[in-house]
Amino acid sequence: MADTMISLRDVTKRFPGAARPAVDRLSLDIEEGQTVVLVGPSGCGKTTTMKMINRLIEPSGGTIEVDGTDVMRQDPVRLRRRIGYVIQSIGLLPHRTVAQNIATVPTLEGWDRARTDARVRELAGMLQLDEELLPRYPAELSGGQRQRVGVARALAADPPVMLMDEPFAAVDPIVRARLQDQLVGLQRRLRKTIVFVTHDIDEAIVLADRIAILNIGGILEQYGPPEEILRAPANAFVEDFVGPERGLKRLALITVSDIELEEGPVVGPATPAEDARRMMKETGFGWVAVIEDRVIRGWVDEPMLEGKDRVEDASPRKFGAYVTPADSLRKALDSIVASRTNVAVVADRNDRYLGILTLERISREIRVPS
Amino acid sequence: MNELFDWEWASTHLDLFARQLGQHVSLTLLAVAIGLLIALPISIYVHRHRRLYGPVTAVAGVLYSIPSLALFALLLPFTGLGTDTAEIGLVSYTLLILIRNTVVGLDGVPPDVKETARGMGYDDRQLLWRVEIPLALPVIVAGVRLATVTTIGLVTVTAFIGKGGLGFLMLAGFRNLFPEVAVLVGLVLSVALAVLAEGLLLAGQRVLAPWSRKGVAGA
Amino acid sequence: MSEPGFLAEVVEWFTDPVNWSGSFGVPARTLEHLQITAAAMAIAAGIALPVGMYIGHRRRFEFLIVSVGNVGRALPSFGLLLLFVIAMGLGEAPIVLTMTLLAIPPILINTYVGVQAVDPDALEAARGMGTTELGVLGRIELPLAARVILAGLRIATVQVIATATLAAVAGGGGLGRYIVDGFAGGDDAQLFSGAVLVAALALAIDGTFLLLQRLVTPRTTSSGAPAEVAEPVLVTTRGG
Repeated sequence: MADTMISLRDVTKRFPGAARPAVDRLSLDIEEGQTVVLVGPSGCGKTTTMKMINRLIEPSGGTIEVDGTDVMRQDPVRLRRRIGYVIQSIGLLPHRTVAQNIATVPTLEGWDRARTDARVRELAGMLQLDEELLPRYPAELSGGQRQRVGVARALAADPPVMLMDEPFAAVDPIVRARLQDQLVGLQRRLRKTIVFVTHDIDEAIVLADRIAILNIGGILEQYGPPEEILRAPANAFVEDFVGPERGLKRLALITVSDIELEEGPVVGPATPAEDARRMMKETGFGWVAVIEDRVIRGWVDEPMLEGKDRVEDASPRKFGAYVTPADSLRKALDSIVASRTNVAVVADRNDRYLGILTLERISREIRVPS
Repeated sequence: MNELFDWEWASTHLDLFARQLGQHVSLTLLAVAIGLLIALPISIYVHRHRRLYGPVTAVAGVLYSIPSLALFALLLPFTGLGTDTAEIGLVSYTLLILIRNTVVGLDGVPPDVKETARGMGYDDRQLLWRVEIPLALPVIVAGVRLATVTTIGLVTVTAFIGKGGLGFLMLAGFRNLFPEVAVLVGLVLSVALAVLAEGLLLAGQRVLAPWSRKGVAGA
Repeated sequence: MSEPGFLAEVVEWFTDPVNWSGSFGVPARTLEHLQITAAAMAIAAGIALPVGMYIGHRRRFEFLIVSVGNVGRALPSFGLLLLFVIAMGLGEAPIVLTMTLLAIPPILINTYVGVQAVDPDALEAARGMGTTELGVLGRIELPLAARVILAGLRIATVQVIATATLAAVAGGGGLGRYIVDGFAGGDDAQLFSGAVLVAALALAIDGTFLLLQRLVTPRTTSSGAPAEVAEPVLVTTRGG
């Protein structure tokens, strides 16, 4: 088990004049190298909680430790330079170029020019920002580019901790999905401790190692891996927040390799048409897959075999798409729904046949024990 | 009436015009510089302590509304003829413009930019000098532009208290100490100076804010 | 000059009945000052209000606004006044002409800005309901622009009062006479008292306009919003 990087103990925040505390005695441990997503309805104190970690908001009670040190005992400016920070509107400095924006913290820390330049280039590459964007101003960038500059800037001084407050909420769904994938890929390499705030449970499921579900007033309703939250919501609030499709959402977290595949109706190219027909009838599929040296050739059905002696005489048709073992069950389900054969064919990257997934097989995974 | 177009006299007194133009420019520059030195700290303070904005601009507004001749006359018995009186009066006219523009400029800095800057570890001073002031600069410079052009006009009135720059030419021409052409020369040079200052500061505004030239601002 | 006795001299000047009667007295000089101010303001408003409304309403010839603003800012009232007096001779005509010319830019600019800043959706809705163009101007644009237009009138008035004071240098009447005569005669008490009167008059009129502005400000919006609309006030400045 990794060490605890951020630890909240009975953290409370009361804003002056407010009837109830925004965050009420919240305790949470965040392990080093994990992505923890704080999620909940508006008013649940998720942003307040996050901002107390870098002291943009000062807690009214309790203790917050980052890397074993009480944040209240540190100079907030020093503390913040070791914590990357990204918010929804990004807040790029409009009067600084992209390169200068990315170099913000290195500049504050007094890095020399060569080191700063090298770091800026490295980050631009990491976030797939074209080098020709570097001398431009933020106003000249697209929404998705700005988000990536924001993330690059937060990573610049290689802080062990990153705070991200709905960083992808303002971009369109397609760009958002791409940015999420990119963050997951980046995190796989960098292993930062990330605290990510969102109101979107789907985003939380995609990004999180652990999800903290907060209720109004900063009440922690459940804290656990996404799969656990979907499989076993702790209470009615969590169940309601996760939504009626939690079984479906859980599919996104299970990969094809996690479950046992069915063998499916398989024949070789030299198989007599008669045998193939019998197999269609016996398995009830109405078609068979044609495999040669474990590699998929395609599929044939009854009308195609009409008047043919052997399977290969019918010139098998290609499958529309395969699913690989690394894909999620959600993708497999998409493939099933879209296919003419009503199954997802699973193959490895070299087109070698591994088996099939049927709707029945997947629905067994959807039915979660409650 | 021909005196008004006595170009011969004018062409033989270019050095006089140059001297008065020089005085006009230095009176203006000094007034705007002192005005900025007073207005900037006040604006920064008022920007952080909002309740003071009303009272501060009210005081500056009163100064601004007092007719120039009256303001100089109010000072005269205490500070006498000369540069002190001229500058006190001129500076007090710049304050309203400079304070209002600076505060409006600082107000215009997007809150998300300030929040992330703070979140990344800018301390208060760095936030002010590296984020807020640079971003407010176009509006502040616009204020400097208005203050400068206004001051160029008002400097002429200081002729009454023994200064005046180009105003001295006007008053002397009017009182027939010089041919009347001096009034015209003073007026034309004064307008030219105002137009030049306006153009230079407009160009300065653009040079100082290269980021705002392209596309829409805001991240 | 600033010994304690000076204040006493000023008080003495203000309490001397001689200074309060006759055609050289404070009431007469104030009246002169106000008359000449009112005349210039009436002419300037008569020109600038309709032109500003037209340009703001039709959104045509907008370049005129920028040009007038630029010229207005660059012209020094003092030089203009002296030039007109030389060209037209002593009298009220050159003084009123100068004051009128200087009063036009702020009124024109603010009227234009106020009228053109009205939300186009509100105009479209009104036209959609069958309001005539004059009705749109009179019932929607002008009421919404009133505060900004008043701000323009206020700046113009401050400018005009200041120029009316300067007029004394060029032989004009009004309260500026005390300042100019006091200066010429080395009478600091008179000079200072005149300055106090001019300042008081300017501030009183300025305050009246501020009150009017407050009265016409729609109370529907939160306090901060309309103040921003008055910002173009800074586009126009004074030169007197």
